[in-house]
Parts: sequence; C-alpha cells; structure tokens
Amino acid sequence: MTKDSNSMKLNYDVDSNDFTRAGEASSNIKKILKQLGVASKVIRKVSIATYEAEMNIAIHSYGGKINVEITPKEVQIVVKDNGPGIKDVNLAMKEGYSTATERIRELGFGAGMGLPNIKRCADVFELKSEEGKGTKVFIKIFLNKNT
Amino acid sequence: MDKYFHSVVLDKNNCNGCTNCMRRCPTEAIRIRDKKAMIIEERCIDCGECIKVCPYHAQNVLTDDLDKLNHFKFNIAIPSVTMHGQFTQSTNMNRIFQGIKKLGFDYIYDEGIAADIVTYIIKEKIKENDLPKPIISSLCPAVVRLIQLNFPSLLDNIIKVESPMEVAARLAKEKVIKEYNLSPKEVGVFYLTPCPAKVTSTVRPVGLKHSYVDGVISIKKVYGDIVRNEKTITTEEEFEMGSPLGRGWARVGGQSHALGLNNYVAVDGIENVIKVLEEIELGKLDNIDYFEGLACFGGCVGGPLNVENPFIAKSRVRKLSEGDKALELKDKDIAMDMYKKGVLTLTKKIEPKSVMKLDSDIKKAMNMVEEIKKINKKLPGLDCGSCGAPNCYALAEDIVNGFAKIENCIFRLNDEK
Ligand SMILES: Nc1ncnc2c1ncn2[C@@H]1O[C@H](COP(=O)(O)OP(=O)(O)O)[C@@H](O)[C@H]1O
Ligand code: SF4
Ligand SMILES: [Mg+2]
Repeated sequence: MTKDSNSMKLNYDVDSNDFTRAGEASSNIKKILKQLGVASKVIRKVSIATYEAEMNIAIHSYGGKINVEITPKEVQIVVKDNGPGIKDVNLAMKEGYSTATERIRELGFGAGMGLPNIKRCADVFELKSEEGKGTKVFIKIFLNKNT
Repeated sequence: MDKYFHSVVLDKNNCNGCTNCMRRCPTEAIRIRDKKAMIIEERCIDCGECIKVCPYHAQNVLTDDLDKLNHFKFNIAIPSVTMHGQFTQSTNMNRIFQGIKKLGFDYIYDEGIAADIVTYIIKEKIKENDLPKPIISSLCPAVVRLIQLNFPSLLDNIIKVESPMEVAARLAKEKVIKEYNLSPKEVGVFYLTPCPAKVTSTVRPVGLKHSYVDGVISIKKVYGDIVRNEKTITTEEEFEMGSPLGRGWARVGGQSHALGLNNYVAVDGIENVIKVLEEIELGKLDNIDYFEGLACFGGCVGGPLNVENPFIAKSRVRKLSEGDKALELKDKDIAMDMYKKGVLTLTKKIEPKSVMKLDSDIKKAMNMVEEIKKINKKLPGLDCGSCGAPNCYALAEDIVNGFAKIENCIFRLNDEK
C-alpha cells in the first residue's frame, strides 16, 4: 500500500458528543481536496456532506468513523457508527424532521436538514440503519460531473 | 504588468525575522528566509494584519506622495468615510475638508456621498431577488481576495456593485469635467486611504478592468498637515458630504444599517470573517440576507493607515449614523445615468485563484499529499515557526513543493534517519 497514485484514503474517528472537534474531519478533507485541485463546487458538496455526517455521528450516535477514498474520478465517503440506529429511515430523511434535544437545538443544530442536504450533495446516496446496531451512510460524489 | 502588485511591502532593514507577522498571516503567505520575512505574492490579500502586528514597523504600505499632484492640472481628493471618525465630535468637518484642500487639491468629494449611492443601488439589486443567499458585500477588497483564494464556491454570492471609493472617483471626475470644462486626462483623482487593500485595488482591481483612482495617499502621512492647515483657516468654505448613513459605512454594521436590513450578519477581523465564511460554505447561513465581512477590527475605522484609535473612531461614527436617519442621495441623477450605462457595477468576472493546488495532474497531487503527510508525521507538531514556516504542516508542504528542507526544523525529534 505504498505508491498507489490512483487513489487516496483518509480515515477519521468521530466521538459521540464531541462538539469542540466536530467539523475537523470535513475541514481536513476540504483542505486536501483543494490541494488536489478539485473544482470548488465539488469541494463544497463534499464538505457539506461530510460535515453533516460528522455532526450526525456526534449528535445522534455512540461514535463512529468516516472513511474517504478519493480517486481521479470520484470521492467515496463511508460513514459508519456504533448505534443506536434509526427507527424510521423514511421519516429521518424528511426535511425538518429531527429528534435532537432542546439542548442540541440551543447549540444551533437539529434543524432536521442534515440527511436531506447530504442526499442533495451526493451523486450516489445510500442509507442503511439497523436499530440497536448502527447506521451506515454511503456517499459518492463525482469530480467531473457538470453541475 | 503588475500581475502581483501588492501595497504591503517589507522593509528588509527593519525586519529581524521575529515570526510575528508569519504566525498572524491569515493566508499563510509569509515565510522567514535568512532571518527576514518574505511575502508569497500570490497568496497575499493585502489585509494588513502583518503591518498591525509588526513591532519593528518593517511592513510598509506603498502609497503615493503629494508630488504626484503635479502630474495633473486639476486634482480631486476623496477622503475615506473613516475621516469622519478621526477627529473629536466638536470638530467642524468643513474645516477639515478645507485643510485637506490646502494640501494642494482643487476639489473635495466625500466618499460618504458615494456610499449613499452605493447603498441605494445595492437596495435595488436586493429587490431583484435572484441573488444567491447570503449576499456578500464587496466593500472590503481583502475579503473579496480571501474568497477568491479560499472560498471560491462563494464568488457568485458577492454583490457585483462597485465600492464607494470607485463610485466616488467616477462621480467626482464626471462632475468636475463638466463644471470646470476639463478633459479627463487633466483630472487626477486621489483617495485618502485608511487601507492597504484599497491601494492594491487601484493598481490591480478585482472585478474591474481599471480603476478611476489615479493616486492613493495614506491618511497617516497627511494627518498632521491637515490639522495644521485647519488652524490657519480664516474664511470657512462649505462642502457637500454624505448622509449620516453613508458615512456610517466606516464602521462594521454600518452598511447593513444603511441598507435598512435586519436579517444580516456583520463581522469584523479577518480571522472572524474566515470562520463565518466557513459556515456560509457549509450552507448554514442560507437564511441570512446579507453578509458584511470586514478584515479590520471595527470595520474600516480599524484600517492600519488611520490615526485615531479604532474603537474611539467607531463609536464616533456610530453616534453620527444611529437613529432614524434617512438616506440622502446627492448627485443621484448622474449616478443613475452611470448605473444604467453599467459604469457602477463590476464589469469583470471575479475569478477563483487556486494557489493551494499542488499539481494539475491529480495523481501527482495525490502523491504529493501523501508525501506531505509523511513528512508532517516526522515533525514535532509544535508549530513554533522557527523553521520559517507558520506551522509544521506548512513546512511539510513547503518541503514537498521544493521551497524548504527538513533540516529547517530545529527539532526533528521524531526523525530517526
Ligand atoms: N447516525 C445517526 N444515528 C441515529 N440517528 C440518526 C443518525 N443520523 C440521523 N439520525 C436521525 O435522523 C434525524 C434527522 O437527521 P438530520 O436530517 O441530520 O437532522 P438533525 O441532525 O438536524 O436532527 C435525526 O434527528 C435523528 O433522529
Ligand atoms: S475593513 Fe476596510 S480598511 Fe480594512 S481592509 Fe477591509 S476595506 Fe480596508
Ligand atoms: Mg444532522
């Protein structure tokens, strides 16, 4: 796994409830995509998607991981957490739906737009969740698709 | 031409390589080489942070001298709106303007008058309602250049209306040409500036083909002369000035106040502006109408070429413009005529600048990023700046770009080889 110039992997651990560090993964990804010369509109989509995914792990889960793979064609983002999972996935995808607590809302989160925004930014989007086990979000964003 | 003209320059004799400016630079544009600071031209946004923080006054601003007035038959001075915050409340600004005139000018045009006009035009533009939200103010050239460099996805949000300085220059020139029967070439327009970024904008404008400002004079340089001239006045003259709202542009929040907006965010200080632009890029401020971001603390009253303490100046300007003031429009007819001809709006697309890009071949760039990460791991992570780069990661980048060597790090604790 030394000189594989056709892809690049970035891995981040995201802790539950860690709001001081939340956003670090997405800003780090953003910096690297800039260094790779990726178009700014694409970078913006990747940043929004990873930021919202990161926040969902921090706010709604027991902690998890974000694994990113960049190739000259696309950015693949796999977001996995350790539970508790989402009861009703269709409901979670609705704009404005949120189970965030009052305290979280006071911090300015919990508008219920995270998942819909991720979907809007993604060229491929899959959400799988199992109650008691965890949630997995799969996102693909193409680098050269005309916006 | 002056592809990378910058008004902020370094006086090598005064610099002792202390790293203050390098650590403070918001775009990581400064390095220390051979115990002297150097500015990476394509990254500099002329925000003036380095000037403010330099204890040895080694960072300077290139401005013009009054000698330049000799190049023209007829000279106009445009005092920045911040001028209204530079003197005590009881000062008669007419006398100050007269003092400015005595520096050798034939005509004074208050930037505040143009700020009124620009307020009116922005209001009209906002009514059109087809702009991406939040609309970003184009007033601060340092912020516009920051967006070009680090937030290119937000370039479309910048309002395409010229700054009060440029609008004032156009209006004043047009007026005196008619009134005094002059040809355009005979008229020199000089801006009395608090701001290095505006100096750069007159030489290398963003969003414009060329500037109407022929020269820029630092307020600091002529302040003493203005005060001395003021004392010698016997017969007072009267000058037209912008409305309190227009003059209020000198402080942060002044534009938004003049625009009569409620749903706005006004931020001062370049680091704070960066933080909020990050939020905007994440789509978190989509419900906000207007974003007023200014590089200097307090707004333009905090510009490094002012004389008065920014907080005092800001408070004066606030008192002046607060309350139920109405916008007044002087020279509205000429202005609207120019606006319709497209003279007061930005005529050139604001292009992104991808100075961060490591290589145009993404595969090569990926290898370079891996290399940077590898080198970064070997560095101690102290971000001490002794190596001449603002932090360890930046040194790693410089090494991979061929601008530095790992030996520049005075620790290299984790380097076994
Ligand atoms: N990783 C997750 N684990 C558990 N529940 C989640 C997760 N992500 C989202 N949810 C649920 O889906 C809802 C909607 O998510 P989202 O659209 O991001 O809005 P918000 O985070 O503002 O509540 C959340 O309120 C939460 O109930
Ligand atoms: S805030 Fe005003 S004085 Fe400061 S850099 Fe911006 S335009 Fe210039
Ligand atoms: Mg969310």
